[in-house]
Amino acid sequence: MSNVLVLVDHTAGKVRKTTAELLTIARRLGEPVAVFIGDGVSDALPVLGQYGATKVIALTNADLTQYLVAPKAEALQQVAAKVEPAAILISSSTEGKEVAARLAVKLDSGLITDAVDVTAGDGGPVTTQSVFAGNYTVQAKVTHGTPIITVKPNAATPEAAETSPEVEEFDVTVSDAAKTARITESKPREATGRPELTEAAIIVSGGRGTGGDFGPIEAFADSLGAAVGASRAAVDSGWYPHAYQVGQTGKTVSPQLYVAAGISGAIQHRAGMQTSKTIVAVNKDEEAPIFELVDFGVVGDLHKVLPAATEEVTKRKS
Amino acid sequence: MKIVVCAKFVPDATADRRFRPEDSTVDRAGVDGLLSELDEYAVETALTVKEAGDAEVTILTVGPEQAADAVKKGLQMGADAGVHVLDDAIHGSDAVATSLILSKALAKLEADLVVFGMGSTDGGMGVVPAMVSERLGLPAVTLGSEVTVEGQTVRIRRDGDTASDTIEGTLPLVLSVSDQANEPRYPSFKGIMAAKKKPVETWSLADLEIAPDQVGGASAWTEVVEVTARPPRSAGTIVTDDNGSGAAELVEFLSTNKFL
Ligand SMILES: Cc1cc2nc3c(=O)[nH]c(=O)nc-3n(C[C@H](O)[C@H](O)[C@H](O)COP(=O)(O)OP(=O)(O)OC[C@H]3O[C@@H](n4cnc5c(N)ncnc54)[C@H](O)[C@@H]3O)c2cc1C
Ligand SMILES: Cc1cc2nc3c(=O)[nH]c(=O)nc-3n(C[C@H](O)[C@H](O)[C@H](O)COP(=O)(O)OP(=O)(O)OC[C@H]3O[C@@H](n4cnc5c(N)ncnc54)[C@H](O)[C@@H]3O)c2cc1C
Repeated sequence: MSNVLVLVDHTAGKVRKTTAELLTIARRLGEPVAVFIGDGVSDALPVLGQYGATKVIALTNADLTQYLVAPKAEALQQVAAKVEPAAILISSSTEGKEVAARLAVKLDSGLITDAVDVTAGDGGPVTTQSVFAGNYTVQAKVTHGTPIITVKPNAATPEAAETSPEVEEFDVTVSDAAKTARITESKPREATGRPELTEAAIIVSGGRGTGGDFGPIEAFADSLGAAVGASRAAVDSGWYPHAYQVGQTGKTVSPQLYVAAGISGAIQHRAGMQTSKTIVAVNKDEEAPIFELVDFGVVGDLHKVLPAATEEVTKRKS
Repeated sequence: MKIVVCAKFVPDATADRRFRPEDSTVDRAGVDGLLSELDEYAVETALTVKEAGDAEVTILTVGPEQAADAVKKGLQMGADAGVHVLDDAIHGSDAVATSLILSKALAKLEADLVVFGMGSTDGGMGVVPAMVSERLGLPAVTLGSEVTVEGQTVRIRRDGDTASDTIEGTLPLVLSVSDQANEPRYPSFKGIMAAKKKPVETWSLADLEIAPDQVGGASAWTEVVEVTARPPRSAGTIVTDDNGSGAAELVEFLSTNKFL
């Protein structure tokens, strides 16, 4: 069977859930080979094996992590030249997409971004994308070179398939040209203890209707074990950090449950959440367009509805 | 300094955007279009740099006839000149092909600083800046939420998922800016009048020494197999809160659907 490269998304060896999803998808297309860049491969190994990586190619050259994306694309090009994969799968993060973009140019290959599903087709992988604010679904394939596909979080449910992959150290060379832009300072964001927005099963988002008080949003989210999101109006008002913005210019999310509180449902917001499995809204205006999307809606004041719901959820859970 | 802003003409997101049934490409003729709103932030960045020093700002667009409107908007905001790459053979180009056309045009313009938006509002792939940087062999600093240009150094702040990073590179370079970077200006009446006299050149693929079969739908490296309109979501249950009833019914819904 042919190899399918999966670029591992991790922080210091802690593998993100998206990688388990990519490995699950890769198994539909061939034999998953994980490409691990940076330190911590021994920590990552059990997880990569659990989801079926048949081999792990480890790249530790320090230049790969110091200089943004260009060296990573160079490294993948060198790995691809050796492995001759049938497809390359990368997470649809901002970094993942830039690595993929450069790789497409280097390998003279077609690129598909933001796939929400990938299946095996006659002539290679067939992708599904959700476009135009989720109003259309497009199926596409790459017709030239090695298919390079970036895949969105939650595109597949990770399925275990235990293997014991061997680790192969791979020497890459990084050109000086790839080292021209660099990170001079990095301020880590404070951890919230809540699930990662794009990976969460449940998200509770607040908008302008919160009036600036995200307390009820956070409390309800915590009662459900959910992540917190925000509309752009809330972010632009300085009420919540931009990293939590859902929508066209923020994150695209596709959780099992999305709760929109005090959010009107503008097209640009919908673009980021319309493919959620179940949608719930709390809004005091019964005419708010968000109600066109919902499975369940409450017309009411979020400052009353959410605290009461939080109390009830907490009671039922204990 | 020569600054070029890459600006895309897109169908209006608030209109009924659709695909052409005959070839599954975006209907760019039958729907009102405009300069991609996210590229306004790129124009604003370029104008700010120009106002702080000595620079000339050119708007570059690749697109159909009506895409001239995107160039015009940039000129009205204050850019100095425009280039519109227009050729029937471009229709249906994918991202890799688009990046080829832009790169050839940018090389011809001898740009020192190339400014992009964070992503178009239609395709929205967010990959064209990285592709152009790769093709031109120029450094790229992308998704700047704050941009400073000092001499030959371009420095940005990028607000990522786990950290806020400072990233820098040296001119000539490719830059992309997010919608947090600034507040794009509206064209003034004076700007609108002045735009009419600003030079706009139209280039064909031949002007860029690109063969027609290198770009366009027929030679795209990606192919759309099928386009389906998403079925409208079935109407949900909507209740009106009356003294706590809303919360109770909400929790009951969550419980029935196993979210608790
Ligand atoms: C290029 C571009 C990109 C954009 N990208 C994004 C994006 O990524 N994400 C995004 O969200 N937006 C984005 N927007 C902005 C978008 O168009 C809307 O302006 C924004 O989503 C509105 O946020 P909102 O729903 O919180 O506020 P509003 O539209 O003001 O809605 C507030 C809602 O709260 C309700 N409300 C008020 N008080 C209460 C209360 N006490 N209880 C319950 N309900 C209450 C109101 O009835 C109203 O429906 C973008 C716009 C552009 C032009
Ligand atoms: C719904 C949809 C899905 C698509 N999916 C794919 C796909 O999976 N793979 C693929 O290869 N192509 C795809 N395409 C085609 C692709 O969008 C276009 O080829 C486009 O030219 C490049 O991608 P983008 O618009 O996503 O640009 P982005 O990478 O999002 O654009 C970033 C920036 O590049 C600049 N820019 C982009 N295009 C132009 C232009 N024409 N003129 C001037 N500046 C420009 C702007 O500054 C913009 O802000 C898709 C198109 C649509 C409408």
